Amino acid sequence: MADEIAPEYDVVVLGTGLTECILSGVLSVKGKKVLHIDRNDHYGGEASSINLEALFKKYGNYAKGTEPWKQYGRMNDWNIDLVPKFLMSSGELTNILVSTDVTRYLEFKQVAGSYVQQGDGPKATVAKVPSDAAEALRSPLMGLFEKRRMKSFIEWVGQFDVKDSATHKGLDMSTCTMREVYDKFGLEAGTKDFAGHAMALYQTDAYLDIKGGAPEAVERLKLYGNSVARYGKSPYIYPLYGLGELPQGFARLSAIYGGTYMLNTSVDELVFEDGKAVGIKATMTGIEPEMKFETRAKTILGDPSYFPDKVTVVGHVLRAICILKHPLANTNDSDSCQIIIPQSQVGRKNDIYVACVSSAHNVCPKGYWIAIVSTIAETSANHHLELAPGIERLGRIEEQFMGPPIPLYEPITDGTKDNIFISKSYDPSSHFETTTDDVRDIYSRIAGEELKVEGLREGIQVAAE
Amino acid sequence: MADSGNAPKPSSSVKLVLLGEAAVGKSSLVLRFVNNDFQENKEPTIGAAFLTQKCNLPTRTIKFEIWDTAGQERFASLAPMYYRNAQAALVVYDLTKPTSLIKAKHWVAELQRQASPGIVISLVGNKLDLTNDGAGDGGGEEGAAEDSGDARKVTTEEAKTYAEDEGLLFFETSAKTGYNVTEVFTAIANSIPETSLKTARGPNASHAPSRTEEQRVNLNGPRDSGAKDSCAC
Repeated sequence: MADEIAPEYDVVVLGTGLTECILSGVLSVKGKKVLHIDRNDHYGGEASSINLEALFKKYGNYAKGTEPWKQYGRMNDWNIDLVPKFLMSSGELTNILVSTDVTRYLEFKQVAGSYVQQGDGPKATVAKVPSDAAEALRSPLMGLFEKRRMKSFIEWVGQFDVKDSATHKGLDMSTCTMREVYDKFGLEAGTKDFAGHAMALYQTDAYLDIKGGAPEAVERLKLYGNSVARYGKSPYIYPLYGLGELPQGFARLSAIYGGTYMLNTSVDELVFEDGKAVGIKATMTGIEPEMKFETRAKTILGDPSYFPDKVTVVGHVLRAICILKHPLANTNDSDSCQIIIPQSQVGRKNDIYVACVSSAHNVCPKGYWIAIVSTIAETSANHHLELAPGIERLGRIEEQFMGPPIPLYEPITDGTKDNIFISKSYDPSSHFETTTDDVRDIYSRIAGEELKVEGLREGIQVAAE
Repeated sequence: MADSGNAPKPSSSVKLVLLGEAAVGKSSLVLRFVNNDFQENKEPTIGAAFLTQKCNLPTRTIKFEIWDTAGQERFASLAPMYYRNAQAALVVYDLTKPTSLIKAKHWVAELQRQASPGIVISLVGNKLDLTNDGAGDGGGEEGAAEDSGDARKVTTEEAKTYAEDEGLLFFETSAKTGYNVTEVFTAIANSIPETSLKTARGPNASHAPSRTEEQRVNLNGPRDSGAKDSCAC
């Protein structure tokens, strides 16, 4: 078996999270010889979807000798995401899926609704985020006059072009802050809140006062609007059987283009020459006898867990995975939805997100919903209190899984010196746009050129297809 | 057999997965079925991972979406996605290599564990052209019988008995000569229960997609039209 491993690869990839699998897929399509390794027996790493038994065992929240998962139907019917995210239907991940034809292996469904909370405690209301000017006029989130102001703001966003100063309302976009733009339209604090957090999807208010930050904020509002416009109900889509399908799809793409895949394989040692990583020593287990091998690599990339000395913690995410037997209240009995609780509504600095999917997405048996509440940790203890405003939205909870704060890692160096390129942890944002930013960033550092997504597979289609 | 061109028959897509040890001829069988072609000393599978081929039955058309392992079986790293919703599987072994039948039995067990309960599995012993049985059927040009170089190491009896015990379809084929290849696919097409086919039959069903179907989204939009429409069986 070991003789099937080449003495050298262009790229050795460690960890099969989404970032790594997209990079493997793209690099394989570009003709690179890729060896892709994961220490786990399954694909996805931190971004996998696991069944309920595995989830109980991961969190250990059950009495020894009992099997609480037995009351929840067939374990194969459960695909519970560890990282809650949706795809923006007009976002970059969608573009990459289409241009690589990975869409052939996946089926997507719309997320039924995108909601935002106004107010706190018993007075809190949850309402649909208006996606276009017409919805703005019907929205209970605003009073009569504010609705009109919001309508003209949304219309302006739709025709904004950063290159065309005639669309800039007389504001200087090179220095203008988003706060100034909101003020130009006379928008109230509550409206700014849901526009910035539930539509532009900023997780804090820092964006409001960035000089020259207005164009980016407007682009984010546009992405939201375009994504809603694509399929109608919400800006989000979600793959059947859970997010864990995404890395599998890209791994398959890589394999089709010659990528070699090894699960159950741990890295024993990174081999260095003159300060540069040039290969790995690894062991594949789960087979008899276990197989030790060594191979060289021109480039090594991977997720932070494979390079503990080369990453730093930049924050902590709090996350509670909850199993419900009902849809979320005030979401029109949606089979899926997102609720954003903007930070200022509940006296926080970071938003709280609630992401909910159900049997409609083949992630659980009929009659169940999976809701994940998450936010960035702001305190060093009592983390459950930080998530409380989100948990309150869920009603009766059958099972709840919440561990210690999850560290967010970033690489210390950019890899150009030591030849090791490390991805970032999945941030708490509700979508994959930052993940694809990371993919692009790593790709340009490795390849020395920008990743062109359009037409990625054109011209290199093999004859058999 | 060409398409008769009469009133359109109901057509359904069926996901078929290939399994088997490396170099038993998985891709060659599909290449023979889809393109009626054979390549000697074909490289291990690269690039061909999703082929489609229609199979016309008297009352309906089955469009096979054939998934190749793309080599991910080599280090036991096939993703669950591979088995997901597969309605048919071709488990291939090499008639001249007994270990490949052992491996095939392993894959059958894996399918029974991971795949949908109603999956139709066909056990296929390939490389019949390397045996004495293969000479006549293959048109004689191989001349395998002349030097009595019968390389068969797995008897028909042994594999057939196993297939019957497990409720599998069973064929011996030669991707090289084409012997029995379309028969495998036709037999699979005939064995797929009509109730498990995706496309609902009848005027009402086709015009009233269920609530869940309606929410599925097609990311490719009009781009998605590359399916092959030729007919091989």
